[in-house]
Amino acid sequence: MGAGLRTWLNVLVLSFSFVIIIWHRGILDGWNHQAEVDTINWEIGGGIYWHEKYDPYDPFTLTDSHGPVPYQLKKEINAGNLEPILISQATIYPDGHMQTVLLKGIDPEQMILALPTAPLDTMINEIPAVIGTRMAKSIKLKTGDYMTVRWRDVNGVFDAADIRIVGVFKTNVPSVDNGQIWLPLDRLQKMMQMPDEATIIVAAKEVSEPILTSSWEFKDHDFLLSDLTEMIRSKSIGGSIMYIILLLLAMLAIFDTQVLSIFRRQREIGTHMALGMTRGQVIRLFTVEGAMHGILAALIAAIYGIPFLYWQSVAGLSMPAGTDDMGMAVAEKILPVYSVGLVISTTLIVLIVVTIVSFLPTRRIAKMNPTEAIKGKVI
Amino acid sequence: MFFRKVIITIIVLFSNQVFAQDISANEILKKIDANLSADNQVISSKMVIHGKRGDRTVESKSWTEGTEKSFTEYLAPARDKGTKMLKLGDQLWMYSPGTDRTIQISGHMLRQSVMGSDLSYEDMMEDDKLHEVYDAVIAGRDTLENTVCWILELTATEKDLAYPKRKLWADQKRFIPLREELYAKSGTLLKRIDFKDVRSIDGRWYPTRMIFKDVLKEGQGTEFIVDDITFNQDIPAYIFSKASLKK
Repeated sequence: MGAGLRTWLNVLVLSFSFVIIIWHRGILDGWNHQAEVDTINWEIGGGIYWHEKYDPYDPFTLTDSHGPVPYQLKKEINAGNLEPILISQATIYPDGHMQTVLLKGIDPEQMILALPTAPLDTMINEIPAVIGTRMAKSIKLKTGDYMTVRWRDVNGVFDAADIRIVGVFKTNVPSVDNGQIWLPLDRLQKMMQMPDEATIIVAAKEVSEPILTSSWEFKDHDFLLSDLTEMIRSKSIGGSIMYIILLLLAMLAIFDTQVLSIFRRQREIGTHMALGMTRGQVIRLFTVEGAMHGILAALIAAIYGIPFLYWQSVAGLSMPAGTDDMGMAVAEKILPVYSVGLVISTTLIVLIVVTIVSFLPTRRIAKMNPTEAIKGKVI
Repeated sequence: MFFRKVIITIIVLFSNQVFAQDISANEILKKIDANLSADNQVISSKMVIHGKRGDRTVESKSWTEGTEKSFTEYLAPARDKGTKMLKLGDQLWMYSPGTDRTIQISGHMLRQSVMGSDLSYEDMMEDDKLHEVYDAVIAGRDTLENTVCWILELTATEKDLAYPKRKLWADQKRFIPLREELYAKSGTLLKRIDFKDVRSIDGRWYPTRMIFKDVLKEGQGTEFIVDDITFNQDIPAYIFSKASLKK
């Protein structure tokens, strides 16, 4: 407090660091949480059985990655605990241009994924299809529109037919939307000449003991969400640069204040030592004084930070349009999640850093001669 | 005298009719294959791609042996110069001088168009002799560019042919297709090829300009112009090796 206005400036900047670190990490945790929940609800359910040749990152594998649904899983499929999906490639001609798309066949009555597949359960001459809003925008189609699709069946024979869009859904998960057309499973199986076959089989709930089959491999949440976790982690590293800079500014100010304080209070230090305090005790005294900045900053941060962070957790942070086109699930509004661990760890980090920074300049005290210090001679 | 002329005319007309009826659709296909196929051929050609932003011309030279082996080197424009393609059986490799790398084209890439044209890599690879893989019937007669044609309807005899149905307008005199339409299994028309500028080369009739049109796609299609073609040459075996891609 001895440094007056300078102290308050230090405390204010430090309190900003507190609030911004907690807010930023809360946003990332909220984003991560929302992305995980959305991905589970829309795409991966409780885990997925992949056909042994299926590799979503290698389109070359799509031609061969299909097979009969294994009999061991049929009971679970009939019970509604598993949902087979057939995936194949096709070509569409939006605006007269050729575009490769993925056709995905799913049971219209499925309840496992949040995809609104019910409209597929209709009797029309064309093939009924549902698409996401991103796909609808890119191919300029809306509900009720028609489009010709060309594909090659399991024997490589060309076939073509009209599809009719019976529904357009909005989702935060681009990986079930971009470049994809959802059709009734039985229609796609017939089109591709692949009766009773699938590419992936999605589980309703998390499977602790997957059913072992010869040509299907079970992929759990850890595996399927690893990309998402990795992406959030890299975002977190990128974002932390901002609060590291803020923290550095605060630390520089504290360091500077401590140096000035030791210079101005030489006589006091000399007197302390003359009265019998060891150098270590004096260093501790000044370090604690410096560290008090951190505690004061935490209190100030609490005064304006708690209402701000609370308001954010209710109102959320609106993401700019198009953010979710980057390939990962991003909600329109991200609600930050603040955990107790987050608040405690942030407070501890800031306090430890403040203490270290407060301690560094006080090492000068160790070099001081008490007599010279009392005289006020410059060190 | 008058009766003699009438009788002769009737005989001539009748004999023409008999000749026309006599030849079966499959024999017509064989004759067409005989015109278009050779043990090997070397072609210098231009591919004119009519796009929305204007035309683009790609020049190339190809060496082909039977239906299994083919090697193409692109000569122009500058950005495609040096690109080479090798087809061996059902495999296709492409060498790009820019990256100095050879890649195998397979899976969905085979369905992409070749250099933005109306031809896919798959189309380029499919060159079976028609009479070996299709069963034909004469569905009618038509006149295309003042030439009387048979309309042949072709149905695939093998279940893994890309186009299960084709319609072919065959020149009744020269046994050359003047138009071909390729259909999907559902009967949807997918592609149309018009064969023009038929010339007699080495004792056979050969169309030297072909216009390919993907009918589902907008645009004027792609023209394939044969500048020079020679049949049954001595092509060294090394041409059809992967090593020749980098030469």
